[in-house]
Amino acid sequence: MTVEIRTKGVKPLAISFGHLQRRFGDKPATRYQEATFDIQSTANFHYKPLWDPEREMFDARRTAIVMKDWYALKDPRQFYYGNYTTTRAKQQDAIDRTLDFVEKRDLLRGLSQDTRELIVHAIVPLRHYEWGANTNSAHVSAYGFGTAITSPAMMNTADRLGMAQHISRIGLLIDGNSGDSLQAAQALWTDHADWQPLRREVERMFVTRDWFEVFVAQLLVADALVYPLFFQQIDAAIAGDSGSALSSLSDALMRWYEETAKWIDAVIKTAAAESADNKALLSGWVQTWRDRLLPTLTPIAQRALGNKADDALAATTAALNARAAKLGLAV
Amino acid sequence: MAAEGNSKPAKKLSLKENYALLTRGLGWEPSYEKKEDIFRYISFEGVKIHDWDKWEDPFRLTMDAYWKYQGEKERKLYAIVDAFQQHNGQFNVTDARYVQALKLFINGITELEYDSHRGFNILAREFPGVGPRIAAQMQSLDELRHATTQIHTISQYAKYFTGMNEFPYQFDRVWYLSIPKSFFEDAVTSGPFEFIVAISFAFEYVLTNLAFMPWMSGAAFNGDMATVSFGFSAQSDEARHMTLGIEVIKFLLEQDPGNVPLVQKWIDKWFWRGYRLLSLLATMMDYMLPKRVMAWNEAWEIYYEQNGGALFADLARYGIKPPKRAPETIAEKGHVAHQMWSVFYGVRDAVGFQTWLPSDEEMAWMSEKYPDTFDKYYRPRYEYWKSLEAAGTPFKNATLPQLCQVCQWPCLFTESGDPTTLSLRESEYQGQTFHTCSDGCKDIFDDTPEKYVHAWLPVHQIYQGNCFLPGVDPTAPDFNPMYEALRYMGIKPGIDGGDYKGSADATNWENWTSRPANIHEGAYTDAVRDTANPADASARKTS
Ligand SMILES: [Fe+2]
Ligand SMILES: [Fe+2]
Repeated sequence: MTVEIRTKGVKPLAISFGHLQRRFGDKPATRYQEATFDIQSTANFHYKPLWDPEREMFDARRTAIVMKDWYALKDPRQFYYGNYTTTRAKQQDAIDRTLDFVEKRDLLRGLSQDTRELIVHAIVPLRHYEWGANTNSAHVSAYGFGTAITSPAMMNTADRLGMAQHISRIGLLIDGNSGDSLQAAQALWTDHADWQPLRREVERMFVTRDWFEVFVAQLLVADALVYPLFFQQIDAAIAGDSGSALSSLSDALMRWYEETAKWIDAVIKTAAAESADNKALLSGWVQTWRDRLLPTLTPIAQRALGNKADDALAATTAALNARAAKLGLAV
Repeated sequence: MAAEGNSKPAKKLSLKENYALLTRGLGWEPSYEKKEDIFRYISFEGVKIHDWDKWEDPFRLTMDAYWKYQGEKERKLYAIVDAFQQHNGQFNVTDARYVQALKLFINGITELEYDSHRGFNILAREFPGVGPRIAAQMQSLDELRHATTQIHTISQYAKYFTGMNEFPYQFDRVWYLSIPKSFFEDAVTSGPFEFIVAISFAFEYVLTNLAFMPWMSGAAFNGDMATVSFGFSAQSDEARHMTLGIEVIKFLLEQDPGNVPLVQKWIDKWFWRGYRLLSLLATMMDYMLPKRVMAWNEAWEIYYEQNGGALFADLARYGIKPPKRAPETIAEKGHVAHQMWSVFYGVRDAVGFQTWLPSDEEMAWMSEKYPDTFDKYYRPRYEYWKSLEAAGTPFKNATLPQLCQVCQWPCLFTESGDPTTLSLRESEYQGQTFHTCSDGCKDIFDDTPEKYVHAWLPVHQIYQGNCFLPGVDPTAPDFNPMYEALRYMGIKPGIDGGDYKGSADATNWENWTSRPANIHEGAYTDAVRDTANPADASARKTS
């Protein structure tokens, strides 16, 4: 049924929601703006949370970072649920084609035993690192303030489960779906000396309360060290010896990392530019967590890269430092 | 890894095996930090969990499957939303009275989806088991979806009708919106186990169909394709959430016999709180839908008395009894809608949607649906108010009502056996008196008074002078406290609320659609007569 309307008389009373007009002026709003800005409650809370009676249910005081307007922390990807899920679904279609290609041709199972063991030793345990990142990202979205930061953090939480499962699939492609490699990787993660220093720091993040510090520790510092080291440097070393089967699967992880970095960078840059106090806090967190995390990667880098490990770690650190400096931090 | 394993063809995995391999075992027993420092909130409620792995994740969705499944739903939904906007679908509804119900929806319900997103997000961080954490994350993400799709569809209405343009602002401030706001804040500020019993079980599993079925059929029946589309798209999420609700109850009850009384207490509480919240639907179904689908008492019979009865019979083997205050809900079902609408009509100048008196045709419908109550108690009241309107001296209530300390409804309900006596209860706490609307709400207050004394009761706040915008001077000679309180709440006095007849929405509707703004009363303005009889219009133009 179509309704005849007298189009000449029909003028909208408002072109967008009032809160969006006050922020962006009298113009049509994007779906990102509609879904994001000023959505979270800010006033007249009813009860003291039993789990945190000193603060409100939504409370900006769960971090030491101070923002005049928490909605300054925009996501340059402009994700809302709809374009987030359709983007990931499309990317997954491409990933599935690669997985299928690798599986049909037994590309990972066809690698030499040494290489397969190296991948199980040095790559597959990262599924637990990703699960840790899922916990940390869930912490950011559960206790953060303002939809602008918490909504992409929720999506990042989901992403990290996706990445953990992608890495698990690498294991299954090696062990022919027996799950042996996943079991081996868990034992490595919980007991092997190569992985204990990193697990120690991941668990330290679990007890870090300030959600913005967790954001910096996990999403800026740890990821900036882990992703390039494992999925570029170690991946390249394996490819140099054994061809690019693994790279075809790490590629999705690196692309995701680069896409996500745009959001992380925008958040850090804006928060640092807000005040000297923020800048000092953020810089301090980057230094602290970099200095904690960097040495944890040495054993596994040495195992995978031998005498090239120091150079790889130095390059990764230099890239992190340069990135932080570009974002306005003093590291 | 062994060489011989490598020469065999890869094993084919069932969905269940695939899910288990990709999910179970992701977590680990921490050893560098204490478990209780990592998961800090799971012991204070007294629930005992001996084995988190016994919680079977009911969804068994890997993340990639979730993206694809949900992405496909979003593609379809947004295609409809785009078409709805291009074709001015907002004018396809029966009349603009229907839109008054949508105002309650965007202002009062959409933010609940958001609070739900936050509540499940906290669980997604705080539950120690991998299975429950993943289930909570996916639901948290789903709830973000619900808030988002509601905003995206209703935004089209907000452009053309009054009172929908400030929904987040109003949600935090409007006096009757503290009914939904306090409901969800109560749940989120509870411990994680109470939250999941409250929302996943009492709300989603026991009560959600009651909200969903009449609401969706009402929307479909009244031509609102936007709401129907997001509603049905959300329904498949809802099916997952209901499964979670029943799984979690069984898990808690099976883990430790000590959990049974706690779960029972939460069921009693959240059934009552959920019932009070949803009875807002009663006014919508019986009064606000121009084309009605079923009456509130019929919905309560089908979706609670029948379905709920079967459910609680099934849970009896765990020692769980039906909700303590269920009998009151049955005793009230012939009254609540009429009592609520009467209150909203009386204070119509202080609400953000327009009200009207039911037409003769609508009253005949109510007499039929409510043979024991309508003609006896409510018809005389409406007929009297109609006569006052006709005489030009319409009834208005200038004072805002006393609110219940727990559910925050005005204390408008009557005693179960006596529909002429208001139900009022009092509790003393630390030397002060607190008012509740019913035994159900008094139970809740008396169990945890230290929580409910903090409730931000808007009417109290208004009368205490806490609800004015900055710069307003209460000592100024022309100071009008009600006008200023409305501005504080984000309601445009004289525009968003008041009488439907003569309102901007009714007048615009007739101008824009050439259809009557109230299908039961005929046209209010010439705009309708004009096109109904073109000869008429041209005759007038030439004369
Ligand atoms: Fe929902
Ligand atoms: Fe109450």
